[in-house]
Amino acid sequence: MSNEIVPIVMPKWGLAMTEGILTAWNIEEGAEIEPGVDIAEIETTKITNVFEAPVSGLVRRLVASKGETLPVGALLAIVADTSVSDADVDKYVTEFQAHFVPEEESGDVAAEPESIEIDGRSISYLSLGPDDGDVVLLIHGFGADVKGWMFNQPVLAEERRVVALDLPGHGRSAKDVGAGDIAVFSDTVTEFISEKGFEKVHLVGHSLGGGAALKAAALPSVVSLTLIAPIGLGKEINSEFMEGLLAAKRRNALRPVLEQLVADPDLIGRDMMEDVLKFKRLDGVDTALRKIISANFEGGSQSADLRGALSDLSTPVTVIWGAEDKIIPSEHSEGLPASVEVQVIPTAGHVPQMEASGAVNDLIIATIGKA
Amino acid sequence: MAKKSYRQAINEAIAQEMRRDENVLVWGEDNVGGAGGDGEQDAWGGVLGVTKGLYPEFGSERVLDTPISESAFIGAAVGAAATGLRPVAELMFVDFMGVCFDQIFNQAAKFRYMFGGNAVTPIVVRTMYGGGFRAASQHSQCLYPMFTHVPGLKVVVPSSPYEAKGLMIQAIRDDDPVMFFEHKVMYDDEEEVPDDPYTIPFGEANLTREGDDVTIVAFGRMVGFANQAADTLDKEGISCTVLDPRTTSPFDTETILECVEETGRLVIVDEANPRCSMASDVSGLVAQEAFKALKAPIRMVTPPHTPVPFAPELEDAYLPNADKIVAAVRTAMA
Repeated sequence: MSNEIVPIVMPKWGLAMTEGILTAWNIEEGAEIEPGVDIAEIETTKITNVFEAPVSGLVRRLVASKGETLPVGALLAIVADTSVSDADVDKYVTEFQAHFVPEEESGDVAAEPESIEIDGRSISYLSLGPDDGDVVLLIHGFGADVKGWMFNQPVLAEERRVVALDLPGHGRSAKDVGAGDIAVFSDTVTEFISEKGFEKVHLVGHSLGGGAALKAAALPSVVSLTLIAPIGLGKEINSEFMEGLLAAKRRNALRPVLEQLVADPDLIGRDMMEDVLKFKRLDGVDTALRKIISANFEGGSQSADLRGALSDLSTPVTVIWGAEDKIIPSEHSEGLPASVEVQVIPTAGHVPQMEASGAVNDLIIATIGKA
Repeated sequence: MAKKSYRQAINEAIAQEMRRDENVLVWGEDNVGGAGGDGEQDAWGGVLGVTKGLYPEFGSERVLDTPISESAFIGAAVGAAATGLRPVAELMFVDFMGVCFDQIFNQAAKFRYMFGGNAVTPIVVRTMYGGGFRAASQHSQCLYPMFTHVPGLKVVVPSSPYEAKGLMIQAIRDDDPVMFFEHKVMYDDEEEVPDDPYTIPFGEANLTREGDDVTIVAFGRMVGFANQAADTLDKEGISCTVLDPRTTSPFDTETILECVEETGRLVIVDEANPRCSMASDVSGLVAQEAFKALKAPIRMVTPPHTPVPFAPELEDAYLPNADKIVAAVRTAMA
């Protein structure tokens, strides 16, 4: 028994999130929760997602009501043992509310992306978490950027340094992609690691970034590898998705394209579509994306075969796939070397790191632990 | 991504295009004035400082001060554009445009057509418009409907810093004469604007809110008021689509009609005088093409048909605002 009162607060999903709508409670007062249990649904302008319990214990009070719009950090619920009196819970809630200042007004400065010159290109990256030696390096997929790790980077960074970078042609990095083949991206990763002087790196790559991470994983400094729906393990890839992404100029055309990324189409919010449209309007992006497609996915077939590279690795490797992946079939996770841990997540599509972030974060942490 | 003001967004767009293309020039009044002075006094960058920093970077061959003679310098800019340069000319207040209508309406707008497509006129005319600045009747008009009336001109009315940068770059790269309307009250509005250059195509409306009950079509500064009104109404259970046409020429009639078909109600918010305005134009369009979709009469939120008053109380009462939009939407829903 502990007399500790633990608040559960509105999470911050991505740097731009300032508030969220509590669209549903999936638990009642008196529920015993543990980390990973879906306790609520939260909608932001960018995405709607389940909120997994950050702590374990007895839910004593649901402070926020369904339908409320609350700033990041606002009190949602109270967890405390039965040894804590109702009066103490009330007092805690009153004091919390009296002293609560939303982040925007408190003047806390959010982490800002930095940039570094790699191969004559400006590469943008975002560092979070304590600097204690090991570094987790997150490599996004085609058409994405560091923001795609919004459910992962802050959680992983609670106990370690986590760096997410924007690949060439993406996010805030330079839009020149050279030949646009996988070597350009893996070289960027390799040289980024060496320029930054990272000695022990846990690589995490998604899709195109998974291929880049796998190709870069032979570096002695790479001590573990997590691949999420990576390219390079089979031939098939959904070229309609990529063509659709290039062609869509407006939200109503983009929505059905982005919905192919996920198992649950309701996940896609208007800000996510707006972000993609804004990205596509930047000078050089259209050319960059077309080069990447023609170098890697011509005719809907992947050109990189990285199964051999995977067999050569002696570091711990985990491959994660969403069973409902509509971009790269989850069957590509079959027939991998026995040393590779394969996890197929049933209710996720091509972006399990968003749709099943808790499970993916746990798998990344477990992989790091094996190194 | 850094927050930038409407002023900074426009400045950055022009500077990036000047770096990209040496044919891009800036001229107008007081761009260079003050040069050689200290700090804020150095090269003012126009009356409200939008082109500040361009003279020190690009020098006297590309950033020019002109005499206070709009007919001369707009005419010169049109001629320069016809020879292949890409001037970004600033005509301080749109209210002063009358003295150079020939240069714009009869020359710039007509070259491509009258020379059988063999001539282009890639000029951008930047100009300030709009009320709320306590600048009285001769410095507060909107007047974009007048330019929209003339085929051959493109007319841009950006509603935010993000929009302003992308639309300005598009305007500079466009081979036709573009009238670029900057609302003088918005220069200090801020939002996140990418550092990299980007373009927003002309003639594609932007839906800043999407709802089921009412379509609000708003222009320029009115888009922000319409968004505020939509957020207020949303709490009452009335959900609004807010449509920002971005450009009045070319004009995205298709998206307006689609939205009206979906919602069945239309409120138009236009800061310009109500007669022969975009508000009356959109009303006419919808009455002809989507009459059967309408569940209620079209509502227009505009100033009265009078000059912009100078007395602050009267000017405030004259201009559209979020409360007036909310009231119009409620009437449409009643």
